[in-house]
Amino acid sequence: MRLTEAKIGQIYEVEKLYAQGALKQRLISFGIIKGAKIKFLAHTHLKSNYEIQIGKVTIALRKEEAQNIEVI
Amino acid sequence: MKKNITIALVGQPNVGKTMLINAIGNTTLHVGNFSGVTVEKEEIVFEYKDYIITVVDLPGTYMLNDYSIEERVTNNFLRDEQYDIILNVVDSTNLERNLQLTSELIQLDKKMIIALNMIDEAKKEHLDINANYMSELLGIDCIKVSAATKEGLDHLLATIVKTYSLEKKEPKFVFSEDMEEEIRNIVTVLEKNRFKSTLSYRSIAIGLLSENKHIYKQLHDDPIWISLEPVLLEAHNHIKLHHNEESMLDIMASEYKAYIDGLLSLTVKTTKQEEQLSFTQKLDNILIHPLLGIPIFLFFMWGLFQLTFEIGSIPMDYIDAFFGYLGDTVGATISNDEVRSLIVDGVIAGVGAVILFVPNIMILYIGIALLESTGYMSRVAYLLDGFFHKFGLHGQSFIPLVTGFGCSIPAYMSARILKNDRDRLLTLFIIGFMSCGARLPVYVLFVGAFFSPEMAGNILFAIYMGGAILGLIMAKILKLTAFKGENEPFVMEMPKYRMPSVMLIWHTVKTKTWLYLKKAGTFIAIASMLVWFGSNYPKNLELTTQYEQKIEQLNNQVEKIKLQNELKEQLLKESYLGQMGQVLEPLFEPLGMDWKMAVALQTGLAAKEVVVSTLGVLYSLGDDVDEENSSLIQRLHENISFASAVAFILIIMTYLPCLAATIVFAREAGGKKYAFYLFVFTSVVAYLLAFIGYHIAL
Repeated sequence: MRLTEAKIGQIYEVEKLYAQGALKQRLISFGIIKGAKIKFLAHTHLKSNYEIQIGKVTIALRKEEAQNIEVI
Repeated sequence: MKKNITIALVGQPNVGKTMLINAIGNTTLHVGNFSGVTVEKEEIVFEYKDYIITVVDLPGTYMLNDYSIEERVTNNFLRDEQYDIILNVVDSTNLERNLQLTSELIQLDKKMIIALNMIDEAKKEHLDINANYMSELLGIDCIKVSAATKEGLDHLLATIVKTYSLEKKEPKFVFSEDMEEEIRNIVTVLEKNRFKSTLSYRSIAIGLLSENKHIYKQLHDDPIWISLEPVLLEAHNHIKLHHNEESMLDIMASEYKAYIDGLLSLTVKTTKQEEQLSFTQKLDNILIHPLLGIPIFLFFMWGLFQLTFEIGSIPMDYIDAFFGYLGDTVGATISNDEVRSLIVDGVIAGVGAVILFVPNIMILYIGIALLESTGYMSRVAYLLDGFFHKFGLHGQSFIPLVTGFGCSIPAYMSARILKNDRDRLLTLFIIGFMSCGARLPVYVLFVGAFFSPEMAGNILFAIYMGGAILGLIMAKILKLTAFKGENEPFVMEMPKYRMPSVMLIWHTVKTKTWLYLKKAGTFIAIASMLVWFGSNYPKNLELTTQYEQKIEQLNNQVEKIKLQNELKEQLLKESYLGQMGQVLEPLFEPLGMDWKMAVALQTGLAAKEVVVSTLGVLYSLGDDVDEENSSLIQRLHENISFASAVAFILIIMTYLPCLAATIVFAREAGGKKYAFYLFVFTSVVAYLLAFIGYHIAL
């Protein structure tokens, strides 16, 4: 499923990145790569932004970017 | 003869590079707790034993690509410039991600040292790092340091000197077996052709496999390309097949990750493994709460402006009294009328009016420094992104925008954290609507003159928020017209909360306040003199004699004073500034402004503080006869209508920032024509708003 469907507090594994080009580089540079473990921490009131934890780092991203991440 | 060592300081954003270099070199560059504080490379030079060490502090970069301006600055420096050693700073509490960049740096084939920074925090988190073993495995010296507690700094300096004197060690970074095989194949081709290059064959091979454009450029135009191409094609196919993955970007990332995971499993032990909520997470549960987050942020901002006015106004009377006393005392020692007027009415009145607001400015700076150094800034960017996005802005635009409340110049510079040119331009255009610290004196002056003290803090907050909201609306209009296009992705690191160091905050505030004072003593003193000159010359002696004769004939004291004031008013009108004001007056009349206000707005184009000093000079010359102790605030209250004051504040809020800021704007936006656009854009907005505001308040 896509990261946008994830539940708060659960841990997922990255399966695939649908992003291309600059966004893909950006995600990879934050350690969001195949096999990485992601913990879903929170979202804003209108679910426009998401907060995830990868390793020890907390990362904020927008709904549009989260939709590019396939997790299991 | 001392030897020179040049060090390139590289690391991911927010790992404390600048703080580390401040600790080593005993310097004081600006430090914050968010990604991208350093936007330009900065150089620091210091002496150590027999060496002169130059450290180039490069902007933080997550990986070595050309994705954003800072990354380009760093990447170009590392590729093209001369330096002896790469000092790679990593955050010890976050090695997994930090070492990704390290892996890329290793492939550059330069002398290198790794500084395991924030080792004190790592200890607190019960991370046990075996630095010696790590050095051995990597073939690179890894030194435990902490910029905060200053431990390990001597060891680091000694290692720099040692690394400089010794031959470069071969790094021991290894890829997976199939990758290594292809590297060997490419190296063989290079060896056969005896290819000439400053880079090692291995790093050329790795560059080719990871699709590094700069390496390709070097080889593509060389005859070697004929024999290299088939081998390279074969290699790419083989690797892609083996990884079952099409993109080399993904493959390299997982190659690096595999190596790092292996390295860390051997060198880092976590002694405690309990799932406890960290301090940051607990605080985040409240501060970025889906519903409460934004109200909490607004409350903080409101509190800041309340404090700015409330506490800032306490020493004001004393400062005012001091300059009054200074003027009288100094004035008494000068016998020449002209010179006395220049010093007392020009310089002391002008500079005093600006210095009056130092306490307000200091409080504002403290607030912004706290926001920057605690890590809260990134949270607000996260909270506001959804909202900002609707207005065509990026959540990270918040960082330059809030910096703009302090001063527009660093705000324009920090807009570089926006990767996309269109987003950056859009943000640059609206930064000016965030009222900077230099405009605060004008607001405090007018708010003090036209509102009750209980309301003042709220009005100040409303002015700042009004500017911000106006900025958002303008952003939307610009986005729909001038800056149409795709949106920039929002992927941002949220740093851990850190207790800001009192020293650091004090230092930032002190530097900025000192700059403000220095400006008051130099630039503003000169501007005040010019304004004084412009308002005193040319002298109309004929008019003066005429009036003096009339005054002498009168017996009534009240009538005398009236005529004296009339004379002064007439003289001021005929002065250079008065003439200029009268040319401008028709333009400003629809806004309910007299020529004095019009002139003050013009001088404000040089710097906003000059508005206050100009008003101080212009309104103190007109009527100092029977009002010995009236302050500028009172004089404004008596001479300006409420509606005109509203129009004046609205113009100050929206028109062109000071000259220095406009120059920086043009540089950051990419050309003088943008400064012209900004001038037209802000002038039209300011005029329209002031016109509407005046007629509503009338």
